[in-house]
Amino acid sequence: MTGTDVTATKPAAPPAVRARSRGKAATRTRVARRAKAAGLNGFGLLIALITLFPIFWMVSTAFKPSQEIFSLTPNLLPSHPTLSNFHQAISGSVTGFGSIWLFFRNSIVVSLSTVVIAAVLALMAAVAVARFRFRMRTSVLILLLIVQMIPLQALIIALFLDFKPLNLLGTLTGLVLVYSAQALPVTIWMLRNFVATIPKDLEEAAAIDGASAGKIFWRILFPLVAPGLVATSIFAFITAYNEFIVALTFLGQNHPDYTLPIYLTYFFGLHGAEWGPIMAVSTMYTIPVVIFFLIVRRRLVGGLVAGAVKG
Amino acid sequence: MADVISGGSAPAGGWAQLPVTTRLKAFVRRHKLAPYLLLTPALAGIALVLLWPLIQVAIYSFQNYGLQQAIGNLPTQWVGLANFTTTFKDPEFWLSLRNSVLFAVVAVPLTLLVGTIVGLMLNRLGKKMSIFVSTAALLAWATPPVSASILFYWMFAPDGGLVDWTLARMPHWLVGSTNWSSYNWATTGALPGYTMIALLVIWQAFPFIAVTLLAGLKTIPAELTEAARVDGASPWRVYWRITFPLLKPIYLVLLLLSCIWDFNVFTQTYNIFGLANLNEYNLGLYMYDKAFTFPPNYSLGGALALIFCVILLVVTFGYVRAAVRQGALT
Repeated sequence: MTGTDVTATKPAAPPAVRARSRGKAATRTRVARRAKAAGLNGFGLLIALITLFPIFWMVSTAFKPSQEIFSLTPNLLPSHPTLSNFHQAISGSVTGFGSIWLFFRNSIVVSLSTVVIAAVLALMAAVAVARFRFRMRTSVLILLLIVQMIPLQALIIALFLDFKPLNLLGTLTGLVLVYSAQALPVTIWMLRNFVATIPKDLEEAAAIDGASAGKIFWRILFPLVAPGLVATSIFAFITAYNEFIVALTFLGQNHPDYTLPIYLTYFFGLHGAEWGPIMAVSTMYTIPVVIFFLIVRRRLVGGLVAGAVKG
Repeated sequence: MADVISGGSAPAGGWAQLPVTTRLKAFVRRHKLAPYLLLTPALAGIALVLLWPLIQVAIYSFQNYGLQQAIGNLPTQWVGLANFTTTFKDPEFWLSLRNSVLFAVVAVPLTLLVGTIVGLMLNRLGKKMSIFVSTAALLAWATPPVSASILFYWMFAPDGGLVDWTLARMPHWLVGSTNWSSYNWATTGALPGYTMIALLVIWQAFPFIAVTLLAGLKTIPAELTEAARVDGASPWRVYWRITFPLLKPIYLVLLLLSCIWDFNVFTQTYNIFGLANLNEYNLGLYMYDKAFTFPPNYSLGGALALIFCVILLVVTFGYVRAAVRQGALT
């Protein structure tokens, strides 16, 4: 262990020396410790401010009238806050093909459908790899790890050509199919870790008492794995809500089916420098997911981090 | 009843008299089919939407699949390695590859460095402060990439952007004599463009690295590092002799994940550069341009996708090996 040689490098000071300087040294260390804690906290606050600043700037810009946005000395906060940027985004007058609520609805429909499909399929698969020993089990796990690494960028050409004859381009269904499959490898891995932590004895006891497989699943496994299911669902939701390249390629010019990220990109392309309305759309797209994240932070991060720490 | 389900002796009346569901259940039990049945839907989805397209991309890359072939005017033909030779002869390809690789080489270590510094700091903060700072940082991570890209474009925009405004007010000896107030980060060239994207990517990626490392740091017994510190080892030495060796497996996973993420940046480059400036292409933009800009050449795009996958496969191989070594498969 490398730790032990470090501890052994320096012999402790002789007791006489320590006793002589104890009084003064104690105050000094206390002051030093307090200064250190203050410094650390200051550093922490600085990091928090730096990371939060861009988000703050987005929201602040969204409430500024255009003469303030292009003023020679930018203000941190809007001095005459206005909702007109949001009105433009909501009325849909700028793009001419619909209010932002339409794209909001599309994004929510796609993300929720993805969550439901991915959660059901992933839970089944996770139970299989966590509860059963079967041939190919290791192969399946390795396959999932590899598939998780395939970027949608590399598949987009084939997906585009496959979905075209099926009339799934320009539809939300097409997006849901791709997003669900994409979410599966990670969600199966996450759920597998959750299922594996549930002691098997419970199920075995129930089986001995004559409970059917379905009953064991719904009464014992499901309630215990529910927190894991929440974490994976959030993961699948956010992945689908944020996805860009597939939506960009599939939706093309089919404006009514745009999801929020594609609408934002389109809006940005249409109004290069109208930062007020662009930041208003961006805010309306970002803030819900940020708030959602704040509510569920602990569950999601715990699950994801556990996955990464464990492998 | 129990006999039937466990596949023991046949019931008195013979199999045919039992209800279908019971017989099915018995069949599943006898042949131990349950795990396969549970896996089938998920694996079918993965195979159809992720694996089959990958094979198709590989097939296209050896054909001449373009607009005429997609419409059905002309038959698809095998063209051998033609798409690859075209690609390797194109100086634009090498430029995009260079941009992609250089970007990853710079952004990955920087992300890991910032993540490490913040992770170590979080570990020494009080509990409340630690949660506050990590939550604040994770908001950057939770921001959708499209929003983040356009937001950074706005902060770095000429005429009104905050970064140019600040730089223009800095003394010349510090920031050079460039006319910062109308400096266009997105269109001036690959270096300023990717500087901006690197800041964006680090801003979005470091919180996850920091929080993951924090989880790892919590598993290291405090006595180990404290004993070393009491004995006068510098924090630098403590980190390299104790912390880093213990966190090495986590670092390996984070390194590989970061390589893949940073090699994949498309959403950011597409929203900030668009398909306008060839000098700023990375592999993702180059591939997208070849495959979807009129006239579309799906085969050329397929060849690029395949090259892309081969590069990632090397990284993925390392990732899988790291996971197996950690005993993640047991």
